[in-house]
Amino acid sequence: MKQLVEELLKGNRRAAARLITLVENEDRQKTELLQAIYPHTGNAYVVGITGAPGAGKSSLVDQLLQEIRAEGLSVGIIAVDPTSPFSGGAILGDRIRMQDHALDQEVFIRSMGTRGSLGGLSRSTREAIQVLDAFGKDLILVETVGVGQSEVDIVRTADTTIVLLTPASGDSVQTLKAGIMEIADLFVINKADLPGTERTVAEINMMLDMKNSASWRPAVIPTVSIRGEGIEELWTALKEHRLYLETSGQLAEVRLQRVRRELTEQVEYLVKNRVWAEVKDKFVLEELIEKIARREKDPYSSACELLDSINFFESKS
Amino acid sequence: MTSKKIRVLVAKPGLDGHDRGARVVARALRDAGMEVIYTGLHQTPEQVAETALQEDVDVVGLSILSGTHMTLVPKIKRLLVDNSMKDVLLVVGGIIPEEDAMVLINEGYADQVFTPGDALEKICSYITGHFT
Repeated sequence: MKQLVEELLKGNRRAAARLITLVENEDRQKTELLQAIYPHTGNAYVVGITGAPGAGKSSLVDQLLQEIRAEGLSVGIIAVDPTSPFSGGAILGDRIRMQDHALDQEVFIRSMGTRGSLGGLSRSTREAIQVLDAFGKDLILVETVGVGQSEVDIVRTADTTIVLLTPASGDSVQTLKAGIMEIADLFVINKADLPGTERTVAEINMMLDMKNSASWRPAVIPTVSIRGEGIEELWTALKEHRLYLETSGQLAEVRLQRVRRELTEQVEYLVKNRVWAEVKDKFVLEELIEKIARREKDPYSSACELLDSINFFESKS
Repeated sequence: MTSKKIRVLVAKPGLDGHDRGARVVARALRDAGMEVIYTGLHQTPEQVAETALQEDVDVVGLSILSGTHMTLVPKIKRLLVDNSMKDVLLVVGGIIPEEDAMVLINEGYADQVFTPGDALEKICSYITGHFT
């Protein structure tokens, strides 16, 4: 394992791929791996791209890659597609649009299935970002699953969030709704050669101008990604947002909040594992469940009893 | 806690624009609980091998209907070996004459070859059987 991490830091692509698999599969060495990697992270800038299925996220990533590579930056891409709730399988097809960059040694693309996560990212997206960050990628693009209105995990993961819309995706009330319309640092109206583009752009702008207190006002950029139109403008806007975050001190603030959340989540994760390991050791859960089902006990006091039985200062799991 | 899933790359190497078969197989593998990465059409052997590496797949499935399997399959196998991925299960599907299939398997270029008429269940259980 130590060797894998060393190889990763040296820039070995096979090691990066193997490490992502290990964290994604919740390998027993996962925590140890992340511990070893952590000191080498924090250098990559993370951009999230979200939007409805078929809005053009993958094509936009493909086009953005041209601009990013023209400036000589190295890129990691994490493309998330949904895992079947029935079979656990998935079709990961985002890279189809990006295969022109498959042989560029400075581009590393990884597809991930959501594996039960519902917030638009996969269960292990954040860990995969850390691997690519330690791998030395300057920029990491995270493409979410095709989302609806409320899958907003990306905003807690990315430094800049791009929300991708297409023309005629609803009337102006849709732009006022909470959720995905609130998380954009940049709006992209893709397929801008279709009728209705001007109205969509105007409606988004109107919504944005209702709120005048924010110091960052998202740009609304029309693009036609299959023809490469608007991509240069998007790349410029992306750099402007990064500059804004850096000079206003917000980037440091956002990242501090992220670390706070990661620590909280890690503690909760460990507590949960620890508690269940002990509970399963001490109780026959099935019996208890049957008693609750027969109304001989209730789930509320039973849960308290289970927790009371645990000694947190004993045995290290 | 560990949760391993079989990851399969379904690739269309070469100048062959027919991917109905690849899609049907991809769908069947999905329904058998696997994560299927699909490359799309017209991939070079180098693209296929590099994708297999980045995606860290357990299986590479090549769909070839153009008659170029005797060139493409050995080339992709060699590139995979160069990428230290010699243990990846390499499965070929398509219009492959039986004598060619025997050569590909006996020379160690492919682990298995499936042809029209093979049931989807047979393909799925071949792969899952290999990992149990």
